[in-house]
Formats: sequence, structure tokens, C-alpha cells
Amino acid sequence: MSWIGHPLPRSEDSALLRGLGLFTADEARGTKRISFVRSPIARGRIVSITAPPGATIITAADLEDVKPIRAILHRDDFIPVDQPILPADRVTFVGQPVAAVIAPSLEEAEDLAEAVELDIEPEPAIVGIDDALASGAELVHPNVPGNVTLEGRIETPTFAAAMASASEIVEIEIRSKRQSAMPMEARGGSARFDRASGRITLTCSVQMPHMLRTGLADVLGIPEADLRVIAPDVGGGFGQKMPLIPEYVLAVWAARRFGCDIAWIEDRRENLIAGFHSRDQVYHIRGGFDADARLVALEGDLFCNIGAYSCFPITCGVEVLMAMGELPGPYDFSAYKVRSRGIATNTCPMAPYRGVSRPVMAFAMERLMDTAATQLGISPIEIRRRNLVTEFPYQTATGVPLDAGTYVESLDAAEALIDVSAFRARQADAQRNGRFIGLGFAVFNERSGFGTPVFAGRKMDITLGFETVEMVMDPSGYVEARIGASPHGQGLKTALSQVIADEIGIAPSGIRIVSGDTDRTPYGWGTFASRSMVIAGGACKLAAQGIRDKLVNVAARMLQADPNEIKFADGEARVRGGAAITIRELARAVHHSSHLFKDDFENGLTSIATYDPAGTFSNACHAVIVEVDPETGRVRIERYVSVEDAGRLINPMIAEGQAHGGIAQGIANALHEEIVYDEHGNILTATLADYLVPSCAEIPRIEVHHLETISEATITGAKGLGEGGTIGAPAAVINAISDALAPLGVSPYEMPMTPQRIRALIRASRGAPA
Amino acid sequence: MSERIALALTVNGQPFDINVEPRRSLADALREDCGLTGTHLGCEHGVCGACTVLIDGQPIRACLMFAVQSEGTEIRTVEGLADGDSLHPMQQAFHDHHGLQCGFCTPGFLMLAVGVLESQPDISDEALVEALSSNICRCTGYQNIVKAVRAAAEQMRQ
Repeated sequence: MSWIGHPLPRSEDSALLRGLGLFTADEARGTKRISFVRSPIARGRIVSITAPPGATIITAADLEDVKPIRAILHRDDFIPVDQPILPADRVTFVGQPVAAVIAPSLEEAEDLAEAVELDIEPEPAIVGIDDALASGAELVHPNVPGNVTLEGRIETPTFAAAMASASEIVEIEIRSKRQSAMPMEARGGSARFDRASGRITLTCSVQMPHMLRTGLADVLGIPEADLRVIAPDVGGGFGQKMPLIPEYVLAVWAARRFGCDIAWIEDRRENLIAGFHSRDQVYHIRGGFDADARLVALEGDLFCNIGAYSCFPITCGVEVLMAMGELPGPYDFSAYKVRSRGIATNTCPMAPYRGVSRPVMAFAMERLMDTAATQLGISPIEIRRRNLVTEFPYQTATGVPLDAGTYVESLDAAEALIDVSAFRARQADAQRNGRFIGLGFAVFNERSGFGTPVFAGRKMDITLGFETVEMVMDPSGYVEARIGASPHGQGLKTALSQVIADEIGIAPSGIRIVSGDTDRTPYGWGTFASRSMVIAGGACKLAAQGIRDKLVNVAARMLQADPNEIKFADGEARVRGGAAITIRELARAVHHSSHLFKDDFENGLTSIATYDPAGTFSNACHAVIVEVDPETGRVRIERYVSVEDAGRLINPMIAEGQAHGGIAQGIANALHEEIVYDEHGNILTATLADYLVPSCAEIPRIEVHHLETISEATITGAKGLGEGGTIGAPAAVINAISDALAPLGVSPYEMPMTPQRIRALIRASRGAPA
Repeated sequence: MSERIALALTVNGQPFDINVEPRRSLADALREDCGLTGTHLGCEHGVCGACTVLIDGQPIRACLMFAVQSEGTEIRTVEGLADGDSLHPMQQAFHDHHGLQCGFCTPGFLMLAVGVLESQPDISDEALVEALSSNICRCTGYQNIVKAVRAAAEQMRQ
């Protein structure tokens, strides 16, 4: 039987269900604790920091031998800014760590941190994009003129003529408010000092353990060999746990300096104010359409608030340049002009968050399509059908290659599932009864599973991308695969074991995956960007083929058969129509009778493989029915349909779980979640009572349907699927709200579309004061 | 640091004699003093429910209760759900229905659901969703959690 395609329950579950998972805070029991003194001021000059007598306090003055964090893009239009571990003279956002105290327990450390007196002379803060770009605005960083830290531009040669030829110009401005990835487990690191070797082991809640070790070693000026980084069980990441942060640097520095075990465990308030934000963006979009409602030219002016610093190693370019390069999405046009700016402000820095800029890009393109459909008098389905890419491979306006997908097919399937004509009748009926229901669509694609060929184009100082797998079979026939990817809830270990099982012909229960330990796993980039199933999965397949190739020769000799006639399945090697030997016996023979199998025992029963693909595109169509109460602005989601194509599904149960979770986060982004600053840069949403993460009462049942276009761009045929749900949901939900409220003359272009915003739009459309 | 006091807690039927500051939360006492790290802290301000435990059968936020308040009660945590190697029906249902991903919120959801179903075995679908909305999960989108709790309810009634 094939394990690929089977909804195998997860091997990860057993420990987690019994409370036996090991998360960072669990590992940190018994350590001394660090508590950070954080800036209550968004922008200002540090006058003094005074600790209570006898306290162990660390300030910038103690860290003279520690380098700042410096995220670099090798682009002329990028200005790097150093992020100090602790600032010496100026604070740049509320929540920035300015000093650290160390005490035997968390309570004592927090008491000490509270007793530290900070004297900071406040200066006017630059909070929003408009503040930062205003003429004569103060500078967030003296070396960043106009507060623009990155500015990219693209204009295709055909743009001006194509736009001039358009018979209909559709112009919109969309806004995405700031969000937090809000993993259930906040961040944290436990640094243990080994007196015998002088090494530090940092156990921490991260997605990129190898990259973190490199970053820490560079900043601290020590060899990587002096550090071991472990990502144990990690309670979600969604991008927030990719970057190197000052807190980890400080923890490792302090453990070395004081020769003891020290931990920092982030609390929720710290996480919400200083644990990275995302998607604070405004796009001005102009679409030029011809008389047949075909998009002939697109112009975009994109503004991304990147906060006070670029995150390491990927920089703010991750949002700014993705938005610029991939805005065209699944649509077929070649005339494109775009300007995309990364704008520094006195706010928490940005990190990638599930989908990165794509939820905003899809929101922009899908609101453009619906607005154009209204303006041109055709249906939202028809305008998409006329504009979606249908022939593959396709090269987008920015030169991005699209491999085969099912853009129109997913739309057709969603249309059939919804039964649009029946819905329109019901909608008209509801409206006669004073009820407002609406249907919204979003069609999008998602670049996934890309390695160095794509990352090299971003010109980061560090080019991410490949994954390596080291595989070994022990004498009992069990396989251990050591991976550079670093899963944190996805169920990757189960899915990878299915890929390996099919190659070697053993059950997944005989396969153990080791991840998240720089001492035990080959260098790799971790888990993010919908990449691990494709890239680590591909490397697992290649490494497993290496093991099988060794075994097949041994089996051929033991069975006295032609190697080409031997098949591996169900735990044995069998000659076609003849004798068989168990894989366990083969593994034992290779190890314990190695004198007979010298050629095949070279390097033992091991195999190493690296996979570094150019990437693929997943795609989906989301269709949503909502009801909006115009009196309260409340939105209820009546039905949610997702038709997605992620190539070959390795484990359909896990794939569906990823879709559910991604869509739930997208709905949260569409309707609920917003980080709010006041005009002084104080953050007003520092608890989960203010930052509104939806519960099961707000998330509807989600219908997930799969199309499976087996990818020719990846060796498993799989495409990445981790982010897709989050990408499509805001566009689909807000298009549905727009459709519901069209009779009231309301067109929403902002996310989240909260009850307050809906009420304000309705009041404005009635000419009442907002 | 204020003076520590001696407490005798009963957790999963086992006695724990601990010395804690009066301000020690029950969650910290369970994790740091009893070594029961299955109870997780997601927000420490009573919203997310990751730290939910059962006190005399009632689901309680362990981050909002002082350890001293729990003396003399029967405390149940996720570590006490399984019977040796055999999982509680709720744990088994979460496994069967893919009701967990990263697993950080899972102990809180398990204890919440067990507490709700033990006191209301015939709870309606609507009331169940309302009860489960006490806790936050960031990974699953809830659908499979609700499905798992429904399936476990059947098992627990038998």
C-alpha cells in the first residue's frame, strides 16, 4: 500500500495529549530568570537608568563587545539600520528592551524590573505611514532620509501605452491594519551553561534554529561550535519566531558572563507589544480594463509600515518586495508599474506572519476585481473568469514563472458548490425582508516550496533555501531522519515519515524524525513560507532512495536475484513472484556481516540528500456567504467554501487541518484582530481582552475541497499549503460584506472590517456624520 | 520576596507538599513546584484558557487562582487524564479527529471539555460551542476540536 495520500493520525500527538510535551518554559524550570525593562516611550533620549541597590542589571554599557543586529539587503534602494541589543542613548518604540535584570526566580526578576527607574526624555513619535512621510517629518533613524528604508520600483516597457489604451480605469485604496501572529506559546529562551565544555545550550521557541545559532555567534563574536540551539516542542510560530531577537542574545551573553543557567520566558503583554507585528500596509491601486473587462494594465503605489527595525535575516523586504513582485497574483496581464516603500516608524518591528503581504495583496486584487465588475456591469465570477491565467507555464508581469494550476477550475468548482443562482434568489428575498446577505469570492495563488533560486533574487545578505536530510537505518531496520527543517505544530514528522515509508517499504511507525537541534541535525533553514513538505519532503525522498539503493544490492546478493527484479514493500524485499527477505534481516546483515557487503556498507547504512527546488504555486478559490446586521455592524459567516490545489496531498488530514487553521486566522484578520497605537506610539491592545483573537463561537464550519494538480516542479508532486487559508480569507469575507451591503451603497476597503467600521460606512453612506 | 508558606495540595489524587510565596498562582505552583508542566501558560490574564484545570470538577483558570486557594480541593490536570497507557476518551478523540496541531492549548481544551461533559453529559451542540469558546486555539480553526469533543461525549456516555 501507499502511505502517501493516507490520512494517517499524527505521531506527534501522544506526548502532547498527555501533557508530556517539552516546551521551552518546561525546560527552563530551576533556572535564574531574566526580566527586561522595556521602554514606555516610543521615541526619546535615555537620560538615566537607575537600578535598586544590589540588583544585577545589564545595560548597553555592559555589552560593548556585542555587535548590534544588522539585517542586510544588497540593494541600492535599501538602507540598513543597526538594532542595538540594548540601546545606549535613544529608544525607538514602546516595548523595546532597554535593560535586563537577573534574579533567582521570575517573581523576583519582575519585582526588580519594576523597581528600575528609567528617565527618558520623550520626543514626538512617528507612528503611522502618513506621519513618517509628511514633509519635514522627524527622522526615526538619522541615516534614513524621509523615513524610507526600502523603495522598489518596477515598470514594464508596455505600461504607459497599455494604461492609455484602457477604456475603464478602476481606482481603489485598500488598508490593512496591524496584526500579531499571536502564537499560543509566546517566545522564550533557556540558556544553560555547561561548566565542563564552556558551551551554551539555548532551548528556545523558534522556527529557524540553525539560522539563530549563526546570528547569535556573529553578534556575540564566538564560534558557532560554542553554541547549541534546540527548538523543542514549539507552540506555534506563524513567522513570528523566525528572527534573531535581542532577548536571545542577552540570555546567551548572560549565561556565559555569569556561568549559570538563565532563562527569559516572554509573557503575553511583551509578546503583543514587542513580539513583532505585521501587515500594516496601504495600497493605492489603479487597474485599466478594456471594453471586454480584461485587465490590460495595473499600477500600484504600496506603503508598508515596517516599524523601527528590519528583522534579521530576512529584512523588511519580505513584506515590501513580495508585495511589489507578486501583486499580479493569478491574473493574466503584462503591463505593470509599481512603487513599493518600506517606511520606518517608532513602532514594533515587523516579521513575516502567515502569508506575509499576500493577504493584503489578495485583498487588493480581489477588491479591485469586484469593484471593476460593479463598474463594468458584469458579475464577480465573470470578470475573474475573463482575467485568470489559463495556460501554463506562464510568466507574470514581473517575470515570475507560474507552474500548472487550477485557477479557473477552482472558481468553477466553488461556483457550483455555492449554487450561485439559488443564492442570488435567496439574497433578493432576504433583502425584501430587510436582511442583508452577501457572497464573496477570492481567487489567489501562493508561491511555495522555493529554495535558493528564488531567495537569491531577494538579495539578502544570507540566501536561505535548501534543506538537507541525514538518514540512517539501524540494525533493527528502523530509520532515523535528521532534518534541517524545524516544525512547530504542522505534523511534519508524520507526513515526512509517510514519504520515507513509501520509498523504503516500511511502516511509518518504524521511522523517527529528529528536528530542531543544531547538534543533531544538518544545517537547514527551518520551517516557514509553506516550504517544509516540499523541500524537506523532497530531501527525505532522495535520502530514502539512497538507503533503498544500498539495501537493494544486499537483497539481490542474499536472494541471488537481479536487483531490478526486487521490490520493497510491507517491510520486505521481494523478488518478483519469488523469494523475500525482511528489511530487518537486510539491515542486520549489512551491519553484522559487513565483511560480506563491503561495497554496500561504505559510510554505513546512511544516506544524505539535499533538495533545493525553484518553487511552485499552490492556488485556491474561497467563497463565503455572510449576513450583516446593519444596525450593529455584526457579521455572521453563514457558509465558507475553500477549493484548493496544493498538488499531491501527502496526508489529507493534515492538509485539511492546515486549511482550517489558516482560514480561521484569515477570518480573524478580516473581522477581528487589530493592534492599535495612539498618536504617541503607546500600544492600546496589550492584552487578549483588547487584541481580539476569535474563539470557536466566531469561526464557522469550513468546507475544504481539493483539486490535485501533481506538481512537476517538485519531486514529491506536492505544493506548499501552510499559508493559503490566511491569504484568501480577508478578501473573500470582505467581498461578501461588500456584496451584502451594496444596496446601502457601502464599499469596504479596510481590514479588519469591524462592527465599528461597518457602522461608520453605513452612516457615511446615509450622509450622517461618521 | 515575602515569606513562604507550606501547602498540602492534592493533584490527580496524589499529595504534594510545597512551600510557596502567598502570591504564587496555582498554575506556577503546579508547573514549578509540583513539576506538572502539562498545564500551560498562554496569557496569564485569564483569557486564553491554556492553563485550565479542574478544581472539584469545575474548569478553572489556574493563572487566576492562588495556590493557597486550592488547598483542600481535588485538583485535576492533564497528567491525570490517561489511565496508564490507555488514553482518556477525550484524548483519544482529539487524536482521532486531528483536534490538535502545536499542542500548546490542548491540555486546557482537554480539561475544559472533560469538565463540561462530566457535569453536562447531554449538552446541546450550541451550548457546547458556547462552553468551548472559553478557550483559544490558534492552529486548528476549532472545527476538529468541536468534532473531537462531540465524539468523546458519545464515548463518555457509554
